[in-house]
Amino acid sequence: MKSSTSLAGVENLTDTWTVAGRTFTSRLIVGTGKYKDFEQNAAAVEASGAEIVTVAVRRVNISDPKQPMLMDFIDPKKITYLPNTAGCFTAEEAIRTLRLAREAGGWELVKLEVLGEAKTLYPDMRETLRATEVLAREGFQPMVYCVDDPIAAKQLEDAGAVAIMPLGAPIGSGLGIQNLVTIRLIVEGASVPVLVDAGVGTASDAAVAMELGCDGVLMNTAIAEAKDPVTMARAMKLAVESGRLAYLSGRMAKRRYADPSSPLAGLI
Amino acid sequence: MSLDGTAGVTINGEHRRVPGGTSLAQLIAEVGLDPLRVAVERNLEIVPRSTFGDVMVEDGDAYEIVHFVGGG
Repeated sequence: MKSSTSLAGVENLTDTWTVAGRTFTSRLIVGTGKYKDFEQNAAAVEASGAEIVTVAVRRVNISDPKQPMLMDFIDPKKITYLPNTAGCFTAEEAIRTLRLAREAGGWELVKLEVLGEAKTLYPDMRETLRATEVLAREGFQPMVYCVDDPIAAKQLEDAGAVAIMPLGAPIGSGLGIQNLVTIRLIVEGASVPVLVDAGVGTASDAAVAMELGCDGVLMNTAIAEAKDPVTMARAMKLAVESGRLAYLSGRMAKRRYADPSSPLAGLI
Repeated sequence: MSLDGTAGVTINGEHRRVPGGTSLAQLIAEVGLDPLRVAVERNLEIVPRSTFGDVMVEDGDAYEIVHFVGGG
């Protein structure tokens, strides 16, 4: 049976995904913002099973240079750091930030986001596309946060995006995936990995993203702002895995009316 | 260089005076940072880590020194 073969593959952890030549087993990428402290952050990353974390690039505090640093708690040799451009509103700011990130860590694989305005944190797609082109020319491998627009997704891919990361809902909103149709259209049209980035609020939202055929999910607030972030991190790990299994197993067709599960023959 | 032989520089928006003839590597050590964990921009140009020891701090330089922090 074809389906059981692929499921056996999942059980044996051979269900991997590859972005810009790097292969990962976990399909969950987690952020490292908004946690109570570094210990809780590290415990949540561990519970999530994530192999990639997003990080921001900020000024060091030169008046207190000895304060604890993220790298003391999450080891970049074990977990891939994905530097982001959160807080950048122009292509130039984002490019400048990632050039610094590359110098700080030596990583070409980066997350690009260029925001349009502060209230919705919706991406500015014109600036995002422009930044993608420049970064790709400079040898970066940008995974790109974008609107859930299949045409924009193709344009980003043509410009050199190594992954397309449409929002499911605004960043930090926890509203869940608002447009299943466009996310699915992006998945069908893309020849690079597609990850839902932003909007996940709880485990079922992550499962929905995976059931749509996404290669992965990126989240931060849904875990960090849960009352118990470490337990939510585990819930997200399981949700991403179950959504992926459900996608691979090929769900049943929907019917408009009931269909009995017990045989009708032999009724007394 | 000012009259007293020191150089006035800006680091992450803060003004500092350093002795003349200070290298960028010395400046980073003086601030108390691990050069392997930061990236430095000098007057809007990235300074490769391998050249920290060769770059001399000059009066009026503006530095941005960044590192990775938690983020989504």
